[in-house]
Amino acid sequence: MEAASTAAAASGRPEAPSLRAARRRYGELVIRGFLVLAALISLLTTTGIVYALLKETVVFFGDVGVRDYLFGTKWSPLFEPGSFGVLPLIAGTFATTAIALVVAIPLGLGAAVYLSEYARPRVRKTLKPILELLAGIPTIVFGYFALTFFTPEILRGFFNLHVSIFNALAAGIIIGFLIIPIVASISEDSMRSVPQALREGAFGLGASKLQVTVRVVFPAALSGIVASVVLAMSRAVGETMVVLIAGGQQPQWGVDVGKSMETLTAFIAATAKGDAPTGSIEYKTLFAVGTTLFVITLVINMISIRFVRKYRQVYE
Amino acid sequence: MSAHQDAIGRPSGSRRVKDAAFRMGLVACLALAVGLLAVLLVDVAIDGVGTLNWDFINNFTSISADKAGIQAALWGTIWLMGVCALFIVPVGVATAIYLEEYADPRRWWNRLIELNIQNLAAVPSIVYGILGLAFLVRGPIGLGNVVLAGGLTLGLLVLPMVIIAGREALRAVPPSIREGSMALGATQWQTIWRQVLPAAVPGIATGVILALSRAIGETAPLIVVGAVSVIAFNPTGVDSQFTAMPIQIFDWISRASNDINDYKPLAAAGILLLIILLLAMNSVAIWLRNRYEQKW
Repeated sequence: MEAASTAAAASGRPEAPSLRAARRRYGELVIRGFLVLAALISLLTTTGIVYALLKETVVFFGDVGVRDYLFGTKWSPLFEPGSFGVLPLIAGTFATTAIALVVAIPLGLGAAVYLSEYARPRVRKTLKPILELLAGIPTIVFGYFALTFFTPEILRGFFNLHVSIFNALAAGIIIGFLIIPIVASISEDSMRSVPQALREGAFGLGASKLQVTVRVVFPAALSGIVASVVLAMSRAVGETMVVLIAGGQQPQWGVDVGKSMETLTAFIAATAKGDAPTGSIEYKTLFAVGTTLFVITLVINMISIRFVRKYRQVYE
Repeated sequence: MSAHQDAIGRPSGSRRVKDAAFRMGLVACLALAVGLLAVLLVDVAIDGVGTLNWDFINNFTSISADKAGIQAALWGTIWLMGVCALFIVPVGVATAIYLEEYADPRRWWNRLIELNIQNLAAVPSIVYGILGLAFLVRGPIGLGNVVLAGGLTLGLLVLPMVIIAGREALRAVPPSIREGSMALGATQWQTIWRQVLPAAVPGIATGVILALSRAIGETAPLIVVGAVSVIAFNPTGVDSQFTAMPIQIFDWISRASNDINDYKPLAAAGILLLIILLLAMNSVAIWLRNRYEQKW
């Protein structure tokens, strides 16, 4: 020890050897090993998801042609002979997602701008948690609301629309409300991190509050805003209970949103509920549709991560 | 120069009108979102409050609507949450400790674990159901559609939330605490176990409660792993078949009501009970955060 420390002092780096433990502590290593194992569980989860999906999907494509699946426009897997064109399910998913975004983008961004730029701190502190409460309510509650209140009372009653009791419009709008907190919360954080000096500079040049908000704060926060919208979109694509309950289970190759449109998620839930036996064609379609859903959300998430990296403004 | 003058001094009339209109528009956005939440809660309360009583909580579900209750589902949910908590607390906290205290962020495998956790948080919940079905219920592990499989599936689903909250709580403990402990001769694990972890417990507990309150309302993954919707017994162990509150509510929503049997109030009462549980859990989380929050 003595010799080592003098040698270290001579080399001008006294701290390096003196911090080293006197003997190896095996207990510490064992604990560290356990921690690494725990961390690996999350990697195993991803591997498990990909493996489970791909294994049965490959078997599925042994029975059904890839082209018939990807480009077919008729989805009736449980009839004899089955027809496995997935496009109607994708149409349903995109229709509800598009409607949801049409609702959530303006409302979410409006709420975010208000909370970030206009609201007094006290108002903000009360309203933000209330808005986030929307995100904490189980989606089955929104499904119940869409089916028993929104379609009959609002769409049919108030707006006098001739929609079926199960329709993509109500499901889409309610999903839109469900994802407002995602858009609002992340966008608001992003707008609040725009430095005050930028606003003051614009005010100093004679800009009004409206101009500062729209032309200075909004563009400066754009990367966060886009990320929030993309994240909300991936949430809308993966939402199950609202579409299962209020959107119906009738696949439709078309865009009549007043009628039932089955989505990818609703099909998985409805089919799994029927307790499909292992190895049956229903069981395999479950995984093929699951893979399709997983790939779509993965692509959306990658776009989001890339977009944030590319356009992030870094302020001091 | 009058326009310029206006810009510096008082805003011109049209600008003020535009500003006010914009502000009104923003308030309207927020009001619409909060308003829908209010309408939703009031609607559910009106539909369900007449049915929510002790009979409802004590009875098992039944074909005749006036005798049906939620007991099996309530106990199913309690069992599921127990399994879920026993899984996410050790695994989530251990992962957070590893990533925050041991892992070198420059190493590619550590970055991979982090990126992976971010991605897992964005995977649709129903996909976790498929994972549970393929691995836990059938396939290699083959537990069957039992409490253990359901609880673990929900655990995997909310694990990223616990890890992310745990890391934030650990990061909030200042390095000086660690340095002080090490300087007194403690090993790294002694430092973490006796100094860092106790200081981070409130933050971690808040994260765990919020994760459980996400898990308690999840329906889709449980449908896929095969929770049974009509069941008239409480789970007796982790190897027992089960139903859960959201599953029971879904069953009542999807049943066709008629003049004799109206299942809609049952669904609404179930939802009310679920929301009450959620509010209680969230209040505990907020209380924990405020009561034990430490300023360094």
